[in-house]
Amino acid sequence: MTKVSVATVWLDGCSGCHMSLIDMDERLIDLADQIDVVYSPLVDRKEYPDWVDVALVEGAVSSTEDFEKIKKIRAHTGILVALGDCAVAANVPAMRNPFKVEDVMARGYFETAAIQHQVPCEVVPGLLPVVRPIHEVVKVDVFVQGCPPSADTIHYVITELLAGRAPVLYDRTRPGA
Amino acid sequence: MATRSRIKTLKINGRDVSAHEDETILDVAMEHGVFIPTLCQIEGLTISGACRLCLVEVAGWRRLVPACATHVEEGMEINTDTERLRNYRRMIIELLFSEGNHVCAVCVSNGNCELQALAQRLGMDHVRFTNLQPVRLVDMTHDRFVLDRNRCILCLRCVRVCDEIEGAHTWDVKGRGSEARVVSDLATPWGDSATCTSCGKCVNVCPVGALVKKGRAIGEMVKRQDFLPYLSNMREVKK
Repeated sequence: MTKVSVATVWLDGCSGCHMSLIDMDERLIDLADQIDVVYSPLVDRKEYPDWVDVALVEGAVSSTEDFEKIKKIRAHTGILVALGDCAVAANVPAMRNPFKVEDVMARGYFETAAIQHQVPCEVVPGLLPVVRPIHEVVKVDVFVQGCPPSADTIHYVITELLAGRAPVLYDRTRPGA
Repeated sequence: MATRSRIKTLKINGRDVSAHEDETILDVAMEHGVFIPTLCQIEGLTISGACRLCLVEVAGWRRLVPACATHVEEGMEINTDTERLRNYRRMIIELLFSEGNHVCAVCVSNGNCELQALAQRLGMDHVRFTNLQPVRLVDMTHDRFVLDRNRCILCLRCVRVCDEIEGAHTWDVKGRGSEARVVSDLATPWGDSATCTSCGKCVNVCPVGALVKKGRAIGEMVKRQDFLPYLSNMREVKK
């Protein structure tokens, strides 16, 4: 039996959704028989594969890198799952949206920094003017709310998708849950 | 006991029911255990009809009517749960989310919020409308309470409870449309208010985390609304 290829992606989020994913504990062992995690902060691969069946994407689209990444992921993925409130609604990262990027940078790197006043301009990607939820940039197939969604919710989503069904989530999670 | 009013007979979701003529569609629905979502309505305060969540269909009527603000009529055939209503209700909730800055994850009312609970119950899995990201001011000048306008949905329960129950009329609304904001006195800091009695009724009727007690951490703000039917009933008895 060919395994279903799965990617997990970390855009602008706190990694809490990934913690919740790992929180599935021993259920991960059963899942390992059916899925192959081909790309993830938890595995070594650096480049997104040519094709992935299911991508679980945590985080909002905040930087130029996030933007390029999610475009690429959409083009090479079957089912794209927005995992958690940042992916679904931009959530906490979007709290900078009412302010200008220059003001946000000034706050972070000058006003609140005691030493080495400088805005990073190498290696780290630039911030977009506005933080967006994923569905405002590319098409999303499944929305999983929660901050973070519980391990049970994530397990349900994965097992439903493996069974070829669309997960029904309103009675399992909510924004902020 | 004096005769109260005439009895009307009507149908809700195909079920025969009877009601007094001075009852609203929402009253009758609640009496018969029929769920109609509401946000601005709360027992003990006057009807506002502001949130539009309780819109229902009446056979033969072209427009939808708010159940909280429509009296029953003889022979009415009311539908409270159709695909069209479900779509509109979900849309209203999404528009409320997109119009303010609602971040459940870091809200003191997380888990005790009527907007959040309705979003879940009505099946909102994401907001289809771009967030307006309005700049809304937070008023922390009061000794015991906070007004965070980012989370306000303009249900105006605070305005009504302060006027109708407390009799202080500290709260009002300034501006129109998406610029509308709840203000204390003449748009002056809450802490400087000459009319506020610090009774906390506005804080407890607020369905969301816009009016809250100071010093609460995320998810700790539990609202207590049991005083309201009690106080309004007391007054009716006196009359």
